[in-house]
Parts: sequence; structure tokens; C-alpha cells
Amino acid sequence: MTNPTLATGLLSALCLAVPATLPLAASAQTPELRVLTYDSFTAEWGPGPQIEAAFEETCGCDLVFESAGDGAAMLARLMLTGDRTEADVVVGLDTNLTAAALDAGLIAEHGLSPDLDLPIAWDDAHFIPFDWSWFAFVYDTTRIDTPPASFAELIDSDLSVVIQDPRSSTPGLGLLMWVEAAYGDEAPAIWEGLAPRILTVTPGWSEAYGLFLEGEADMVLSYTTSPAYHIIAEDDETKAAALFEEGHYMQVEVAGIVANTDQPDLAAQFMEFVTSDTFQSIIPETNWMYPSVMPDAGLAEGFQGLIRPETSLLFPADEAQARRDAALDVWRDALAR
Amino acid sequence: MRRLMCGGMRWHAEPLWMKTGAALVAALLLALNFGALVAVALRAEHSTGWGAADWAALRFTLWQAALSALVSVALAIPVARALARRRFAGRRALIVLMGAPFILPVLVAVVGLLALLGRNGILNDLLDLAGLPRLQIYGLHGVVLAHVFLNLPLSVRLLLQGWARIPAEHLRLQAALGFGGLARFRLIEAPMLARIVPGTLAVVFLICLTSFAVALTLGGGPRATTLELAIYQAFRFDFDLGRAALLAAVQAGVGLAALLLLARLALPETGAVGMDRPAPAPPGGLVRVLDATAIGLAALFLLAPLTLVILRGLPYVAGLPPVIWWATGRSLLVASASVLLLAVFAALLTAAALRRTWPEILGASALVASPLVIGTGLFLMVNPWIDPQRLALPVTALVNAAMALPFVLRAIIPAARRAEADFARLSASLGLGPVAHWRLVLWPRLRRPAGFALGLGAALSLGDLGVIVLFAQTGSETLPMEMHRLLGAYRSGDSSGAAVLLLGLSLGAFVALERLIGGRHAEA
Repeated sequence: MTNPTLATGLLSALCLAVPATLPLAASAQTPELRVLTYDSFTAEWGPGPQIEAAFEETCGCDLVFESAGDGAAMLARLMLTGDRTEADVVVGLDTNLTAAALDAGLIAEHGLSPDLDLPIAWDDAHFIPFDWSWFAFVYDTTRIDTPPASFAELIDSDLSVVIQDPRSSTPGLGLLMWVEAAYGDEAPAIWEGLAPRILTVTPGWSEAYGLFLEGEADMVLSYTTSPAYHIIAEDDETKAAALFEEGHYMQVEVAGIVANTDQPDLAAQFMEFVTSDTFQSIIPETNWMYPSVMPDAGLAEGFQGLIRPETSLLFPADEAQARRDAALDVWRDALAR
Repeated sequence: MRRLMCGGMRWHAEPLWMKTGAALVAALLLALNFGALVAVALRAEHSTGWGAADWAALRFTLWQAALSALVSVALAIPVARALARRRFAGRRALIVLMGAPFILPVLVAVVGLLALLGRNGILNDLLDLAGLPRLQIYGLHGVVLAHVFLNLPLSVRLLLQGWARIPAEHLRLQAALGFGGLARFRLIEAPMLARIVPGTLAVVFLICLTSFAVALTLGGGPRATTLELAIYQAFRFDFDLGRAALLAAVQAGVGLAALLLLARLALPETGAVGMDRPAPAPPGGLVRVLDATAIGLAALFLLAPLTLVILRGLPYVAGLPPVIWWATGRSLLVASASVLLLAVFAALLTAAALRRTWPEILGASALVASPLVIGTGLFLMVNPWIDPQRLALPVTALVNAAMALPFVLRAIIPAARRAEADFARLSASLGLGPVAHWRLVLWPRLRRPAGFALGLGAALSLGDLGVIVLFAQTGSETLPMEMHRLLGAYRSGDSSGAAVLLLGLSLGAFVALERLIGGRHAEA
């Protein structure tokens, strides 16, 4: 029997599989800045690689990304690692999640007051926005001539929509807040009206958007900036977002310094970098969101024709957190019928 | 007879290293499946406990898992029976291909199924052409349909092994005695099914118990909330570890109850000895047509969605970005390590299982544990000692091995017990040593199920998108992760290309291992 030898061989194979990031390597001279972000940020086609290269040019450091699935997974990762977290900066929480991170005492103040180009006022001692967009229902112009112009019109239509589950997805939670912000006490009636229009609910954004692209549903909950991807990257002008007269809820994605970072200076330097022209001009065509500070060169043409809601809705972080549980119950009761 | 078998023959003694090894594997599995749960529970600070919505989730979870298991196995019986006794050109390839849905990442399987049966699918186009009402797939029936699509292949394969273990002599005898179809079923096939069906039901029930992406997406909304989704929510949005642990414990309790209940229902193996002679020709006429129909319908149901997935993604494969190929390399590395671990675990537990029953139950416990809880619990256990992200790939290989172990044991242990019951006395009377007994008697009878099971383990590891997500950092992405990433970055074309690559790789690994280990005639 060769099992013991097999096990030894296996162990060595596994050790080889661990990249050269073992603690030994940490004794290198270059300081390391660890940035915790969501998965698609660090992808080859995401903003991560360009941002890493640009920051490393000036910081004399090694920027390392840690990735968790999405914003909520990042928060869970931070909570799980607690005081032992090795991350120095978090990039990609949204305003529906920041309150929980603050309550847990995980985030330090940044001490900056950048000039931002947001449709709303922003004043937050802990978080700095790096991009934003409005939630919207995206449709295919070859299949829908006149999209609904409000939740009421959507309810009265015979269109089918795919949404994300607010219990597992940040856009899903965004829609919950959208209905809450636009309708308040009437939210239950809106959800009951929407229920027959909802083809299905998916765990995350990618499943929902995938179903929409396959033609399973007429509309999908996404962002007003989603069509820019199809226009710029695919030369496809058939995707558009429907403008709702109630106004659109915003997703604002923020960066913050981890409270017990061992690289406070580098982390502060990175927070300044977040609103720099270099960082901000990378964002639109890699993350397909609006930059939080308009780059000098402006936005690509593909962004020019997008809908721009006049009313922007957004709850302050603590109010979003306070409203969530009751809103979830309403959502579940209405859709579970 | 019992005394003769265990009567102090030298080769029957279990070597100490074998016992120790099995005990170590058992400890590891316990730490993984239950230690993780304890680690999560210990970290809990406050908890909202069990609520009214959780009762609804429990009811739905049980209901969909039970229905999915019953339908999968009921449909698998005629298909396996037909495949077991018919020989036709392309039979082997068909059996391998029909296994594909089980090893696909569920997301890809769902896309394929929707391309056939969805709102915009081929079936509805045909119904429109024929002027018939359209089919609506979203709802409980959609969930069950998808679970049957995913689990019919496994059920067929497990049942096929039951048919393969019917000694050919029995069939020759019944043919010589002129049994009708009914008598053959009652006297030969029904006893075999009574032994193998409960276990198959249990496996499918347990797989469906922890389903959440499929259940939610095809279930059409929060009605289709499973316990696993509630666990997911407790971890991610509420960060309520106590609640997550409570939900996971309930889920595990239900799974264990099902496992024990079905283990009691299953009849013990009988000591029917075969001499591995060829089976007589199967009946012709109407039975032949029925068999052909069963095989044809199953192949259509399983292969059409697969074909659609391939047609959609194939044009994108050549143009996939380089990161995909790196991720492919990493996935192959993880799968190789996982299969090696799996082989060691399975060998030790099978040897131990010849004399006792706990290894089988313990091996199946990975099916009972919530994948999310295992991942999070491991993260918590590792975190005080080493940055968990440095362990992303080794941990993935280990967890993949543990998750595939139930299928491997399910396939190997009954065959091993059977071979032991049939031939132990012969080996003893011939004075064979333990090594010779394993090599000459057990191995030839185990290599077929072992090849199948390890091939399955490799394929499952290649397609897994479980713990790696919790542990991953830049530079440790696997192929399923990159596939999901492409989809998350609007690149659904490239993502479908990656799905085809993954499908090809999984099937390739499965076939290669099955042939390599199982030998040339390994398909049953």
C-alpha cells in the first residue's frame, strides 16, 4: 500500500500550490497596502489592475487586492476577520452597508474634504465615494417601444421583469430602498402590484442580467449606466434604461480606511488617490458607473445619451439600515402570495 | 458461517495503520462538517433566533427536496433498467454524456435548461407554432424539473451499478426457467432495487436540501426560499452567526434524520455469488420499444440543454482572455489534489466499512452540512493562525474531496461489502494474504465503481464554486470563479465560452479517470 507516501506527496504538492506569499515573503523592504474590494473590481477587465499600476507608480509600495464576492460579502469578510483583518483600505461598500461597518467600529475617519460631483450632498467623516449610478430597469429597445415611465405604469403593463433578492444581493436591496424612498407607507401596495410582473428573483445581479440577455424577461433591475457597456464595448445600441418619474434610487460606492490598519500613511495616501483624476478616469469604462469627481477629459460618448433622472433618491446610511428589516418583511409578504 | 469468516484468519486482521488512517480521516471529516458549525456558533454574539418565515423556509426546503428525490429516482429506474440490458452503438458515450448535467456548475445547467424550457426557449417556440398554450417554468414544478435535470444522471448511474451487481447467473437461470417479465422483476430486480433505491433517494434528497440558487431562480420568488438562502442572508446581511448556526443545525438535523431513516429501510446485501459470466440476451418486442423510449426521452431531456449551452458558448472559446487559461491551470491543480485526497479517504473508509457501518454514515455527513457553514467555519478556525486567503487552493481541494466523498462511498462500499461477502471465505480457504486478497479479489470488483466515483470527484471539484469564494484573493481564481466574474462584468458571451471550456474539462477528466482507474469496460 502506498497511501502514506501518497499523502506526503500530496502535502508537498499543496505546499507548492501556496503562492510565494507565505509570511517569509513579508519581510521584503517594500511596504504592502492591502485593499479589500469586491470580486469584479479586481478582474482583468475591471478597474483594479490599472488602479494598482497607477498607485504603485507614486506610492513606493506594493498594492495587493483581496477580493470578496460583492459588497455584502466584503462586509461579512471584515466582520469575520475582525481585529485580525490584514486589509488596510476597503473599496466598494455601498450606503446600504456602511452603517453596519461603522457600528462594528471597523472604519477610521479619513480627515479629507474632497470636491465631489454627485447629484446629492455628501458629508461623511468615514467614507469617500469613488463612483455611483442610479438603479433602473433596463430593457431591449427592439422588443419594447415605449417603456413604462413609472412604477404605476410598470404595474399596469404586461411586461415581465427579473429582480435580485434583497436578502442576498446589493442591487436587490437597492430596489427595496427605491420603493421605500419613493412610496413610503404605500410601498406594500406597490410590491403587491409588482408581484405579477416579477418573473423571478435571482440570488445576484449576474444571474438576473444573464436571464435578461437570454430573452427570458423584458426588463431587469440594473443601472442607468448599464447601456453604456453595450454601446461602448459591444457597439450595441439596443439596450436602454427606463426613466421613472418617481425619481431613481442611487447606489453610491465608497472607500474607507480600516480602523486597525498597520499602514495608516499609505492608507491615507490611497484615500486621496481615490478622488484623483487618474483614479476617476479609470472608473467609468471599467466599472460602468459614474465617477464621483468628473475627470478633466469628461466621459466617453457612450455615456452622453443615457437617461439622467431629475430626482435622485438616497437614504442616509443609518436610515437605510433602520428601514431594512421592516421593508424586507413587506417585500416577502407581498411576493410570497 | 460468521464464525468461519471472522475466525481469526491472519489476513483478516485489520493492520494498525489502516485503523489509524481511518480514524484520522474520520476526525478530519468531523472537524470539517461539525467543527465548522461549532466554530460558527461560538463566534455568535447576538441572535434573532428562529422566526415564522423560517418555518415556511423549512417546509419549502423539505417539500422540494422530497419531490425532487422521488421524481429523479422514479424516472431513473426505467432508464437505468433499459441501459443495463441493452447493447447498442454509442451506448458508452451516451452514458457518459448523460452524466454531464450533474457535474455542471448549476448556473450553467440552469441557463441550458431555460434555453430549452424557458419563456424564450425552444419548447415554447414550438408550442407557439402548434398554437398550444405556452409553458411557464417558474414555480415549484420548475425547481423540481431543474433538480431532476441535475440529479437524474447520478440516480441512473447509481442504479446502473445495482443492475451491474446482479450476478449474470441469475439472469441465465431465469431465462432457462422461462420467467416472464413480471417474475423477473419481482424475484431478481425488485430485491436489488430495495437495497439500492433508499440510498439513492437519500443522496438526491440531501443534495437538494442545500440547494438555493436553483430553487430561488426557478422558484419565482421568496415563496421558494430554502434554509440555505436563509443561512446566506444571516451571514451576509445580518452577520448573525448564531442564527446561521441555528438554521444550519436544523438543516443538518433534517438531513441526518433522512439519512438514518433510509439507511434503516435499505435491506442488507444477500450472499449471491456470481462467476462474472455474460448475461443472456434481453427480451425483444414491446419491451424493446419501451426500453428505447425510456433511453430516448432521457437522452433528449438531458442532452438538448447541454447542446444549447455548447452551441452558445463554442464560438467564444478561442477568444477567451488569458486569465481564463491561468484559472484553468489552477482548477486542474486543485482537482488533482482533491482526487488524490479523495482516493486516500475513500480507501481507508472503505476498508473500515467492511467491518462496521459508521464510515458510511460519516462519509455521507458532508452532504448534510451547509456548504456555506463549512466555508465560514473553516475560515474562522484558520483565521487565528494564518491568513485564510493564503490557503485558498489547498482548502478548496480538501473541501471538494470531503464533498465528493459521499458519492464515492455510496458507489464503492456496497460493491466492497458484496465482494467481501461473496469471496472472503474463498480467499480464506486459499490462504491469500491481505494484499493478495485486495489485489486479486476486491480490486477487480471495486475498480469500476472507484473509477466512476473518482472521475465524479474530479469533475465536481473542477466545477465547484463553494468555499473558494470565501477564501480567494487575487491570483487564486479558479475557472468557475472567472466564469462567474465574466458574467458579472456584462460579458455573457465570454462567460458562456468559459462554461463550454469547463464542461469539456469536467467531462474529459471524468472519462479519463473512469477509464484509467475503472479499466476498459468501465461504463456501468
